[in-house]
Amino acid sequence: MSDTYITRSSAIAARMLAGEMMVMNSADSTFFTLNPVATAIWQAADGRTPLREIVRTKICEQFDVDPAQAEKDAQEFVADLSQHGILLVSSQPFADPPTSPSAEEKP
Amino acid sequence: MSLLSEMGQKAFDLGVPISVHMDLTYRCNERCVHCYLDHDDHGEMTTGEIKGILDQLAEAGVFFLILSGGEVFLRRDFFEILEHARRLLFNVKIKTNAVMIREAEARRLRTLGVDTIQISIYSHRAEVHDAITKLPGSFDRSISAIRLLKQQGLKVTIANVLMTWNLGDHVEIRKLADELGATYTLDPTITPMMDGDTSVLQLRIQGEDLQDVLRTSELVPNMEEFCAPPKPVSEHDLEGYSCSAAHSFCYISPYADVFPCVQFPLPSGNLRQQKFVDIWNRSPQLNDVRSVRAKDLTVCSSCSHVTTCTRCPGLAYLEGSMRGPSTADCEKSFYRTGIPTANMLAQGVTKPNSRTLIHIKPVAAATL
Repeated sequence: MSDTYITRSSAIAARMLAGEMMVMNSADSTFFTLNPVATAIWQAADGRTPLREIVRTKICEQFDVDPAQAEKDAQEFVADLSQHGILLVSSQPFADPPTSPSAEEKP
Repeated sequence: MSLLSEMGQKAFDLGVPISVHMDLTYRCNERCVHCYLDHDDHGEMTTGEIKGILDQLAEAGVFFLILSGGEVFLRRDFFEILEHARRLLFNVKIKTNAVMIREAEARRLRTLGVDTIQISIYSHRAEVHDAITKLPGSFDRSISAIRLLKQQGLKVTIANVLMTWNLGDHVEIRKLADELGATYTLDPTITPMMDGDTSVLQLRIQGEDLQDVLRTSELVPNMEEFCAPPKPVSEHDLEGYSCSAAHSFCYISPYADVFPCVQFPLPSGNLRQQKFVDIWNRSPQLNDVRSVRAKDLTVCSSCSHVTTCTRCPGLAYLEGSMRGPSTADCEKSFYRTGIPTANMLAQGVTKPNSRTLIHIKPVAAATL
């Protein structure tokens, strides 16, 4: 099975508010809040790390979840956000990973 | 309530500055007859200072960033600032007259993922628009820019400040916005100049003219509800606040001064001397603004309009007290519903008369 690579769209804005990641796509004004697991995937979407690796290191090791279920959920989450133009998905690593820092949480 | 509104309310309740309006310059290539700004440069922030402040704003939780002026494109470093803001993942809205936007600028704005560009258009008639801006050809250039921005797929809002000079043009400007694929927003508010000069208030539309605008069916989706008499005021209503100023919103001037709002010239700290988070959390002025509930308003707490009025505490401050009435908003409430406000009744009038009711106490221009 081939790997999946994900990167954040350049059209999005994001910020953490009280533990919830707010994400907005400027192209169509869609607005989401992400739960902690989805936030971890989104923050790790550097275009170079395979999704499978992100799930293993960022999800399974930090959240008490079954690896198979975590990967299935991650695939659904990625598909959903890519449909809204918030994540870009490829079977190859992205050439130019985003330089944007992760959205910081309010201190 | 939409998810976006829910998050806005959460920021308000937690005291997170979710939205900041930053003017990058007061310089402008137009000289609009109603403008409240002094267009000289008294020591604008450098590129480095602005980037440092943007870093602080991101850390403080700011999500919505409005970049405005003056005319932002007069800053040669504007795109460098914008790139930095987008790298920090702000949702950026730009307010501009757009006369300096050509195809290259429009393309770059799209590439950088700007959310919305708000452009001031005063009339569908070029001669009226140009007379207000005092820049010949400005109408054609602004409209051309709107077309270029729309070709790039960007969202554009036409902002129509309504005054005596363009009274009656709002319906046609609305149609023009529809033709261009832009959204439309109307504002009949004219504010005193920053040095306290009130001469521009003569441009305010008043009386039946204001009533006609407030009851324009093309602009108000639910006229019956909009013009309905206010509902009885409850004790719960009197615990409420006026607006988001100092709660989840603030304004930063080109000189790094922080204010509760762009329309609320109460100096609350300077970012050349203090960190943003320290001003936001500890400024006595911001804390004073935050403390004001409807029950604390000197006149308006007894007004039947208190829950539906658009009372602006900044305009009230300009009239003498942030806890007092804002006469311009009293007028709107009256002409919307036909019911006199407590402020009018206290003055012994049953119809507003702005020219006598407005009483401005100028703020110290030197502190701005």
